[in-house]
Amino acid sequence: MAGTAVRRRLSWQTATVGRVTDETPRVRTLWLEVPDWPGHRAGQHLDIRLTADDGYQAERAYSIASAPGEPLAITVERLDDGEVSPYLTEEARAGDQLEVRGPVGGYFVWEPGSDPGGPLLLAAGGSGVVPLRAIVRERSRTGSSVPVRLLYSSRSWEDVIYSSELELPPDGVQVTYTLTRSQPRAWQGYARRVDMQMLAEVAWPAAEQPLAYVCGPTCFVESVAAGLVGLGYPAGRVKTERFGATGQ
Amino acid sequence: MSPVSRGFRRKREAAPADRVPPGQYVTKDFPVLSAGPTPHTPLPQWTFSISGGHQPVSWTWEEFRALPTETLTTDIHCVTRWSKLDTSWEGVSLDVLLAAVEYDARYVLAFSDGGYTTNLPVADLLGGKAWVAFGYGGGPLGAEHGGPARLLVPHLYFWKSAKWVRGLQLRDTDVPGFWENYGYHLYGDPWREQRYAGD
Repeated sequence: MAGTAVRRRLSWQTATVGRVTDETPRVRTLWLEVPDWPGHRAGQHLDIRLTADDGYQAERAYSIASAPGEPLAITVERLDDGEVSPYLTEEARAGDQLEVRGPVGGYFVWEPGSDPGGPLLLAAGGSGVVPLRAIVRERSRTGSSVPVRLLYSSRSWEDVIYSSELELPPDGVQVTYTLTRSQPRAWQGYARRVDMQMLAEVAWPAAEQPLAYVCGPTCFVESVAAGLVGLGYPAGRVKTERFGATGQ
Repeated sequence: MSPVSRGFRRKREAAPADRVPPGQYVTKDFPVLSAGPTPHTPLPQWTFSISGGHQPVSWTWEEFRALPTETLTTDIHCVTRWSKLDTSWEGVSLDVLLAAVEYDARYVLAFSDGGYTTNLPVADLLGGKAWVAFGYGGGPLGAEHGGPARLLVPHLYFWKSAKWVRGLQLRDTDVPGFWENYGYHLYGDPWREQRYAGD
């Protein structure tokens, strides 16, 4: 688990909101124009700082939704009791200014050729799909042919983020949904929380030496990571990123 | 000078500035952040060891639980910006554990099940500032929060309070641990907002 030492100072930089796109009724993607953005790796996050006209500031971290080399974007889910996410998903519009610093985090990242092992298993709960989408886009952007299975758990079809993009996944990327609360009529797919049986059906067999990235709410990550270990994945091959509903 | 984000307003009550470090907000949840699956080491196989002193020392779970314990109520501060006030813990003081060893080292690298490590100055573990905690909120410490036992060093960002801790390696030099290797601050004082290297 050795990392690459990063010892440069991360400074706050002014970002200008560019285009915004509503992904679902609760989720919005915002493109951020940051003149001196140093670049990032797929899976990393950044810090956002908002300043009110009375000087009050609030900071939060968000996963980066774009691949390295693409225009910088974040995808934000609105938490009703939050302070920053309602602003980003409802108020912010093109031309508004905020501050960013990053990129942050170096473990939950994927780069082509960085892993000598087998295929990728990506498991997303809700907006945990955001950094995994950056990984899928980076795979396409770099021409990597590593096989990918994405297991994406969502409350309902309306809550699926990036649905149009994931409807036609790139060659070698297989997307499996489970819709845990409500399903469209005639839904043929999974309709329950991820469990061992689902993982056994969807996840690459451990013998193929897969590398897993699991991102979502704590309960989702706990259960998926434990399930993968139960299926024989070494703990060191299961990278996790968790978020709680902490009022972001 | 930070630019004003048009239309942004405070929605939360002001956090008490003597309790909540800069850039933090108060949560009532207890969020979980860890880099991999939650390990589950059976207690008969659990040990806590300190190496790098004049002689190695190790406790089984039974021996560890026979040590004098303390209960404490403290605030904790995660580098991801949540702070949780008045959390209650039970644990063994690092003063007790380190008193069992003779050493000259000035730093430790704490290590955990699952391969996690974090570095701390010895001085930050002494003087009633750090514990190996096995109880939380009046009950046992849950596995997702680092049980059976975690380091508790509440005056530093919470990634220094290594979950599933299994021991300390005493060292003459300060070497970065897991998150420190990925660009997080070597020391991590929340009151000085030492989140990342160079802060």
